[in-house]
Amino acid sequence: MFNRDRWTEILEALNANRFRTFLTAFGVAWGIFILVALLALINGLRAGVSKDFGDFATNSMYVWTQQTSMPYKGLPKGRGFRFKLEDIQVLKDNFPQLTYVSPRNQLGGYQGSNNVTRNARTGAFTINGDYPDFIKQQPMDITQGRFISYSDIEEKRKAIVIGVDVVKSLYDKDEEVIGTYIKINGVNFMVVGVFQATNSDGNSEEEANSIFVPFTTFGQVFNYADNVNYMVATAEDETSITDLKPQILAKLREQRTVHPDDERALGNFDRAEAFGKVTGLFDILSFVGFFVGFLILASGMIGIINIMLIVVKERTKEIGVRRAIGASPWDIRSQIMQESLVLTIISGMCGVAGAAGLIWAMNYALDQSGPVDNFANPTVNIGIVLIALLILIIAGILAGLIPAMKATKMKPVDALRIE
Amino acid sequence: MIDLQNIHKSYKTGTNSLHVLKGIDFHVKEGEMVSIMGSSGSGKSTLLNILGMLDEADEGSYTLDGKSIRNLNEKIAAQYRNKFLGFIFQSFNLINYKTALDNVAMPLYYQGVKRAERTDKAMHYLEKVGLAQWATHLPNELSGGQKQRVAIARALASDPKVLLADEPTGALDTKTSYEVMELIQGINDEGKTILVVTHEDDIAQMTKRIVNLKDGQIIDDTRVQQVLAKNAANV
Ligand SMILES: Nc1ncnc2c1ncn2[C@@H]1O[C@H](COP(=O)(O)OP(=O)(O)O)[C@@H](O)[C@H]1O
Ligand SMILES: [Mg+2]
Repeated sequence: MFNRDRWTEILEALNANRFRTFLTAFGVAWGIFILVALLALINGLRAGVSKDFGDFATNSMYVWTQQTSMPYKGLPKGRGFRFKLEDIQVLKDNFPQLTYVSPRNQLGGYQGSNNVTRNARTGAFTINGDYPDFIKQQPMDITQGRFISYSDIEEKRKAIVIGVDVVKSLYDKDEEVIGTYIKINGVNFMVVGVFQATNSDGNSEEEANSIFVPFTTFGQVFNYADNVNYMVATAEDETSITDLKPQILAKLREQRTVHPDDERALGNFDRAEAFGKVTGLFDILSFVGFFVGFLILASGMIGIINIMLIVVKERTKEIGVRRAIGASPWDIRSQIMQESLVLTIISGMCGVAGAAGLIWAMNYALDQSGPVDNFANPTVNIGIVLIALLILIIAGILAGLIPAMKATKMKPVDALRIE
Repeated sequence: MIDLQNIHKSYKTGTNSLHVLKGIDFHVKEGEMVSIMGSSGSGKSTLLNILGMLDEADEGSYTLDGKSIRNLNEKIAAQYRNKFLGFIFQSFNLINYKTALDNVAMPLYYQGVKRAERTDKAMHYLEKVGLAQWATHLPNELSGGQKQRVAIARALASDPKVLLADEPTGALDTKTSYEVMELIQGINDEGKTILVVTHEDDIAQMTKRIVNLKDGQIIDDTRVQQVLAKNAANV
C-alpha cells in the first residue's frame, strides 16, 4: 500500500500547496508537543516532590505524646506523659509486620543556643538520641566512618555521628574528623562518623546541622533515663502502615494508661498517607495534562479534517480526471487517507521531537544549575510517546475518513464539470 | 464495439426535469471514426459521458465490446474505463503538478504497471505525439496544442479500445486543431475506434461518419469521405 509510487503521489500532492501543508502540520505538531511537554513537566514535578520525600521509608509513621484529654483509671485529664523504652519492645512483639521501630530523643536545635564546643569553636546543633535502625528509616550517606552501632547502644559509648555542616563549623578544611572529640553540654564525645542527608524534606540544612548520639548514651548523659520523645515505626511493604496505625495507637494508649478513646493524647504523622496524597495529586495532574494535551491535539486533528476537506474540494476536478483515467474509488480514498495519515504522523513526529528537545534542554539546564526545589528529571516514558503516536495514527485515519468519503461521493461526470 | 439501444437521459434541476436524450440507438464498429454533431445543448456531451461510463443512462441498454454496461459498481466501472476507454477533453484536464511524462503514465499507474515499464511506455506515447523532449515539463509550460497532445498520449497509454474526445479542438486555433486532428486520424488509421464530439463542420468532415443530434434524437447518420487534416492544413 505504501510503495514508492504512492509516496511520490502523496508527496507531490502535499507539496503542491506547501504553505498550507505546513500550517496544517503545525497544528498537529503543536498539539502533540503540548501533550508530551505537559506530561514531562508534570513528571518533573512529581519526581521533584518524590525526591523531597527522599529515601525515607514511606511506609512509616511518627508517634509522639501530647497531653491526655480524658481522665482514665483515676488519672486526671491534661496529664503529660512520655513513652518508655519498653514500649518499643511491646510494639515489636505485638506487631511482627513492623520491620523497624526506633525510639528517638532530641535536644537543642541548630537555631537555638550554643550547645556544642570543640576547642575554641562553638555551635548550636540538634542532638539526636537514636538506634542504628534509624538510618534504614531515613537513609543518609555516611561520608566518613560509620553510623551508630548496636555495640554503641549496649555499651553506652560516647560515640557520635555528625552532619557535614557540623564539620564545617567546628573543623578547619582538610582537618581529620574521625577520632576527634567534641563537647556536647559539657560532655566529651568521640566522632565516629560523618553523614550527609540524601533527601531534603525542606530541612536539609537542619539535618546537616545535627548530631547522632547512641540512644542509651543520650538517656544516661542527658538524664532522659528510659523516656522516649517519639518513635518511628516502619512496616514491611506488604502491610500498609496506615492500616496498622489504629492498632498501634491503641496498643500505645494501653501501655501508657490512656483512655482508649483519647485521640488527642497521641500525635502522629503518617508518611504513607502524606505520600499517597501527593501521589494522588500528581495522578490528577497527569490526567489533566493528558486531557488538555488531547484537546489541543484534537483541535489539530480538526484542522487536518478541515484542510483535507478543502483539498478534496479543490481537487474535485482532478479526482474526476483520475477516475476517468481509471482510478477506483478505493484508489482515491486510500490516497486521501494516506495523505492525511502522512501529514499527521510526520507533523506529530516533529511535535514529539520538539518536546523531546525541550525535555533534553530542561534536563541539561538542571544538570548545569544543580537541583531545584520540587522539580527534577522531567521525562516522558516511551509508553506515553507510543500512545501519543498511536493517537496520531488513529487521528490521521479519522481525519482522512470524512474527506475520503466525500471525494468519491460525486459521479465522475459531475466532478469533471467543476471548474 | 459500441451498441446503444433506446438510451434515455434526463436531468432534474429543482422541480424541472430536462429530457436530454430521448431514445438513442447507436452502433459503432471496431475501427470506425465517428463524429457526433449538433448545436450547443443538444446532448452531445451527455451522450459521450454515458458512452464513457462517466454517467449513467436512465433507461436503455449499452454494450461495450460485448460487455453489458449497466449498474456496474464503481470498482468495475473504473477497471473498464481504464482498460477500454481513453478520454480527450476540451480543456485537456492534465494534472498541473505532474510532468507531461507522469501525466501520460497515470493510467498505467492505476493499472498497476511497474514504474520502469510505465515510464518506458509513457515515453513511447509521448514520442508518438512528438513531445519526447517535453517529457519533464509541467503542463503550464506547454502550449494548448502541446497540452492536447499530452492528453492524447495519456488517452492512448493504457491501449484502450475506444477513444472518446469531447470537443478536442474546441480550445485550439485552426492550425493547431488540424494538427491535433491529424494525430487523431493517424491513431484511427492504426485501428482504434474513435468518437469525436464537435460542433465544427470542418472537424466533423475529418471523420468517416457523422451523427447529427437534435432534440435528444439522432436525426441523421451518414458516412462521409474523410478529409485528411494534413491536406486541410495546407489550404
Ligand atoms: N448536470 C446537469 N444538470 C442539469 N442539466 C444539465 C446537466 N448537464 C447538462 N445539462 C443540460 O443538458 C443539456 C445537454 O447538455 P450537453 O450534453 O452538455 O450538451 P452539448 O454538449 O451538446 O452542448 C443542456 O441543456 C445542458 O444545460
Ligand atoms: Mg458539450
